[in-house]
Amino acid sequence: MTIAEALREAIREEMRRDERVFCLGEDIGIPGGFGGAFTVTLGLSEEFGHERILDTPISEAGIAGTAVGAALSGLRPIADVQYGDFLFCAMDQLVNQAAKLRYMSGGKVSVPLVMRAPCGATTRAAQHGQSPESFFIHVPGLKVVCPATAYDAKGLLKTAIRDDNPVLFFEHKLLYGSKGMRAEKGALSPVGEVPVEEYTIPFGQAVIRREGTEVTIVAKLLMVYKALAAAETLAAEGISCEVIDPRTLVPFDTERVVESVRKTERLVIVDECPRTGGWAGEVAAEIQEQAFGHLDAPIRRVTAPDTPVPFAPAMERYYVPDEDDIARTVREVLEWR
Amino acid sequence: MPPSKDLRLRMYRQMLRIRRFEEKVNQLFLEGRMPGTLHLYIGQEACAVGACEALRPGDWTTSTHRPHGHAIAKGVSLDAMMAELFGKTTGCAGGYGGSMHTGDPEVGALTAIAIVGGSVPVAAGMALGFKMRKTNQVVCCFLGDGAINEGAFHEGANMAAIWDLPVVFVCENNKYGASTPIEQVVRLTKLSDRAQGYGIPGVTVDGMDALAVHETVSRAVERARSGAGPTFVECETYRFGGHSRTDTRSYRSREEEEAWKRRDPIPRLAEQLCDMGYATGEDLQAIAEGVAEELEGALRFAAASPGPAPEDCLRHVFAEEQPPR
Repeated sequence: MTIAEALREAIREEMRRDERVFCLGEDIGIPGGFGGAFTVTLGLSEEFGHERILDTPISEAGIAGTAVGAALSGLRPIADVQYGDFLFCAMDQLVNQAAKLRYMSGGKVSVPLVMRAPCGATTRAAQHGQSPESFFIHVPGLKVVCPATAYDAKGLLKTAIRDDNPVLFFEHKLLYGSKGMRAEKGALSPVGEVPVEEYTIPFGQAVIRREGTEVTIVAKLLMVYKALAAAETLAAEGISCEVIDPRTLVPFDTERVVESVRKTERLVIVDECPRTGGWAGEVAAEIQEQAFGHLDAPIRRVTAPDTPVPFAPAMERYYVPDEDDIARTVREVLEWR
Repeated sequence: MPPSKDLRLRMYRQMLRIRRFEEKVNQLFLEGRMPGTLHLYIGQEACAVGACEALRPGDWTTSTHRPHGHAIAKGVSLDAMMAELFGKTTGCAGGYGGSMHTGDPEVGALTAIAIVGGSVPVAAGMALGFKMRKTNQVVCCFLGDGAINEGAFHEGANMAAIWDLPVVFVCENNKYGASTPIEQVVRLTKLSDRAQGYGIPGVTVDGMDALAVHETVSRAVERARSGAGPTFVECETYRFGGHSRTDTRSYRSREEEEAWKRRDPIPRLAEQLCDMGYATGEDLQAIAEGVAEELEGALRFAAASPGPAPEDCLRHVFAEEQPPR
C-alpha cells in the first residue's frame, strides 16, 4: 500500500467509526476533481457525501479557523491544505487559536483537530516546496507528526484523529505514491505492508530503521530513506550506522535517541528544514544536554541551507540533503577518536 | 411582540452590572491593585446585553480583546470575572487568561479570542459544527469595527455565507481602532454595507439602545436558527473611555465624547422604564443596590480565592497532563 492509500484508509476507517470525524479542504471532494492535491481523499465523498468531505473556498485561514470552531463544537475535523507552504496563511488560527484555546481557558476546552499538510522540495520552488515542520515544534500546544512509511502514515493518522489536541500532520510529497496525473517525478513512493486488522501507533515512539553501533543518524520523512541509503553505502566501508525515525516531532522520543547515542557515542541529524532555528538544532541541543558525557564527537546536522527552496533541478539537488552529504558527515564524525 | 417589562428590567440590570464591574476594576487598575491591562467596554453595554438577551442558554458567543461585557451578558458570574482579573484559580479561566480571555465555555461564552478578527472563522466553524450535528444552536460572534478589515473576517464571513451557517455577526462600531478613526480605514459610511459583498443581510442599528439591538439581533438569530444563514449587524456605539488603560484620548474631542455620553444606554433605558410605568426611581435604586452588593461579594470572593502555584503554568498545554519539557 502507498502512503496516499494508507492515509485514505485511515480517514475512511475513522469516518466510519466516528460520525464526528469529517474532512474539509480545497478540492477534496469535487466530482471529477483531484481528491486533494495528492489524491488522498479521492473517492471518499462517494461514500461519505459532500457534507463530511467538505470542499472549501481557497481560504486557508478560514479552513484552519473553521476547523478550530468545529472542534470546539464537538466535531473532529481533518483539515487539509494543498501545500504545507499555505499553512503560513493560517498561522494565526493555528498558533493563536488552535494551540492556545485550551490553555487560555484554563483547560476548559479541547481543540481536537488534524491539519494535514504536504511538505518537501519537489521542483516546485520556493512557495510550494518548503518543509515547515520546524515552525510548529516551537508552538506549545501543537503536536507534530511526520510519517515516513505507509504503516506509520495510517496508524499515526488514526491516532491523530482520536487525539484531543491540535495535530499538525506532515506528509512528504515524494513519499505519497500518488498515481495518475498527480504522480510525482523523482518520487520514492515507498510501498509498505499495512495489516488488514485495526491498529494505531502511539505518538512519541521512535523506531530504529536500521541497527548499528558506530554512529546514530536521526532523520524524518524523506530523509529517513536518504539516511538508510547512506548507511548502506557506509556499511560497505565497514561503518555501522543506526538510523532512527522519530515519527513524531512533538512529542519527541528523546529517550530512544539518548539510548542509541550511549551505544554509538556519535550523532548526526538529517533534516530537510532550513538549518537555523530548525528541528535538527533542537534535537542536537536536547541530546547534548542529556547525553554530553556519552558523546565522543560534536553532534552534526545535515540540513537544507538557509535559503528559500530553489527551482532548477541542479540547484534543488544541491539544496536537499542527500545520501552523499550524510555519508560524508558520518565519516567526518568518525574522525574524532 | 413588544419587549416585556421583565426583559427591559433584566437588560437594565445586566447593563448596570457590566458598568459597575468595569468602573470598579478600572479603579483597582489605576490604584495599581490589579495586574495586567484592561480594555473597557463602558458605553457599549447595550450591544452585549441586547444581543445576549436574544440568545438561548445553549447558544454560544465569541468575543474579543474587549470581552468583559460579552462575558457578563452571556452569564459569567461577577465572582468568576473578578477572580480571573486578579489571576485567581477560581477565575473563569483559572487565572490562565486574564482580562482579554474572559468567558466561560460552561455558559456558552467561548474564552475570548483577543486577536482582532481571529474569532470570526472560529465562530463560523462552531456554527458549522452545530449545523452538521443538527443541534439548533446559534453562534453570536462579537467583533469590533476594526475587525472587518482583517482577512480572517473576510474568510470567515464568506464561509458562513456560502454554507448558510447559524451565526450572527454583531459588529460593534465604536468608531475607533485604538486611536485610528474608522472613516480613515473604511470607505463605507455604513459598515453593514459590507455584508452585500458576502450576499448576506446587513443591518445598522443604534448600539446605544438595548431594545433596538435586542430586536434586530433577535430577528437575525431567528433567521440563523431557521437555516437561512448569517446576518451582519452593525451596532453604532462608542467607548466612553480610551482604548486601554494608558490611553489619554488625545485623538478625539471632548465635545464628541459628551455628545455620545448624552446617549448613554443605561440612563436612557432607565428613563424609558420610568416613562412606561415599569419602574419607579426606587425600583431602579433597589437594582443598583443589588448590583453594588453583588460587586462587593465578587471582590470578597476574589480576595479570598487562592492564587495558582507558579508551576501551574505548566498545566493545560495538552489534554494529557504531562508536564512540558
